[in-house]
Amino acid sequence: MLVASLLVASFVIFGAVYLAPGNVISALGGGRSLPASSVKVLEARYHLNAPFLAQYWYWLTNALHGNLGISITLRENVSTLIASRIWTTAGLVLYASILILLFGIGLGVVSGLRPGLFDTGTLVVSAVSAAIPAFVAAIVLIFLFAVKLTWFPAVGNGTDLLDNVRHFTLPAIALAISSLAVVARVTRAAVREESQREHVQTARSRGIPPRQLIRRHILRNAAIPVTTISGITVASLIAVAAVVEVAFGLNGLGAYLVQSAQDKDLAVVQGISLVLVTAFVVVNVLVDVLYAVIDPRVTLGARAQ
Amino acid sequence: MSITAALPVGDLAPAKRSSVLGTLRATGPAGMASAVVIGAATFVAVFGVVIAPYDPNLGNLTQAWLGPSASHLLGFDAQGRDLLSRLLAGAWTSMLGPLLVVGICIGAGTALAVLAAWRGGALDTVVSSGLNVVFAFPGILLAILAAAIFGAGLIAASLALAIAYTPYVARVLRGAALRERGQQYVAALEVQGVSALRICIRHIVPNIAPLIVAQATILFGYAMVTLAAISFLGLGVQPPAPNWGVMVSENQQGILQGTPLPALAAGAAIVVVVVAFNVLGERLFEVARRGGR
Repeated sequence: MLVASLLVASFVIFGAVYLAPGNVISALGGGRSLPASSVKVLEARYHLNAPFLAQYWYWLTNALHGNLGISITLRENVSTLIASRIWTTAGLVLYASILILLFGIGLGVVSGLRPGLFDTGTLVVSAVSAAIPAFVAAIVLIFLFAVKLTWFPAVGNGTDLLDNVRHFTLPAIALAISSLAVVARVTRAAVREESQREHVQTARSRGIPPRQLIRRHILRNAAIPVTTISGITVASLIAVAAVVEVAFGLNGLGAYLVQSAQDKDLAVVQGISLVLVTAFVVVNVLVDVLYAVIDPRVTLGARAQ
Repeated sequence: MSITAALPVGDLAPAKRSSVLGTLRATGPAGMASAVVIGAATFVAVFGVVIAPYDPNLGNLTQAWLGPSASHLLGFDAQGRDLLSRLLAGAWTSMLGPLLVVGICIGAGTALAVLAAWRGGALDTVVSSGLNVVFAFPGILLAILAAAIFGAGLIAASLALAIAYTPYVARVLRGAALRERGQQYVAALEVQGVSALRICIRHIVPNIAPLIVAQATILFGYAMVTLAAISFLGLGVQPPAPNWGVMVSENQQGILQGTPLPALAAGAAIVVVVVAFNVLGERLFEVARRGGR
């Protein structure tokens, strides 16, 4: 399943770029016309005359060996360029995921268990937050916390670990905010539904202490839809991070992907897409494994609904 | 098939389909308020260029970043263009892209879902497993890939998003179509010799229409956020064309310089419209669930 998804995804990435209009030779020559001997060398080096599937095979095996080709704008190995930026994106996504899981699930559980003013407030605020695009959140956060209050820096990566955390706080919040709201809403609905189930009512009437009731009977069952939505949202952060990286001037994979897309540096676009899709698929597989841990009825291979 | 006599289909088919107004009323005050906002946004999208007080593309750099005044209600943007005019004119591209995405997704998704539910077997397997493959592709990544290959633009990005979202639509609708397929009235129609195409178009699709409309509404909000992001990244609508995503990007400098209004106003426009689509979509889902059998 994992391998199949990755194979198809890599095929789509390669095939799409293969179909791209424009001549590879002229792109490699930077628009100048090259002498016939150089064209021959380039054709041989990049297997340009090989059939499509053979070219795909060369590309895939090279990619598996960590060779993703050469950037035509920076004249450097794509793998090297990716390696120097991958931790920015990974750190940002990890930071945002922690915020989503901690506060999204936390808010959802509390407002699900306690109907009332807090619950209504959470519902309204999360309805609006869920609609805030990451880049709009980014400019609002920069305006409030970097320009007005000057608590956090507006742009850049930072130098050491502590400085990194400071620089990544606003980007992580911008990246997290809409997903956080969605997770909170789904968690709230799941907790509310579970706490009205018959076995919970029965347990309550039997005098099971509330703490145990919540932990054993409500949260355990609510965990399944919460895992689903958390998995989907956290996986989607991997791609949306590009928007936040551009807004905050962070030197990550996503910002580099956007830059390369504008420059039509297709080897880089292919390489980064492959890395991001791989991460996306791996996160989805991890969520599937998590299902089996949470819910003993689930056997691996079949996704819980 | 055990039914032998021609059954009175009128008795088996659902008695009535609710009117547009009735459905809207059922979504409650929040739903109706959202519908009003969507209506207003649609009006601005169509007539924005006409009602804009100034030329949205005519700039005067000496007026750049000037604040609101009586004649220019929202002031000027980074290039000295009237902000209100640009906001009004920008509604068109900001809402056209999502409309394109929703149109394709709902068309293709409904067709795939009904076809898979009707034929079952191999086709159903292909539709369901084809979905898992596209799930490996986040929509925004596909749109960036499309921009890299075909060049930046609204059409390429919208098509890419449509491809990415169609499986989600098909998956949701497939379940509903499958339930409808199992209804007695469908069997009755089949026995009467009504063609499969006619049953699907005249009976199944109208009966799952509430779910389709709810799905389309939610999808519009998603597509709007993602397309605005693509335009913000410079890979969608190209400046100087007015567009809310582009406007956030071209006025971002003002945030740091203490003139945040142009960027914030464009961002707020996106948020207001998306909230309206999300809230109405959620309410419509609830109505569809309550009315659904």
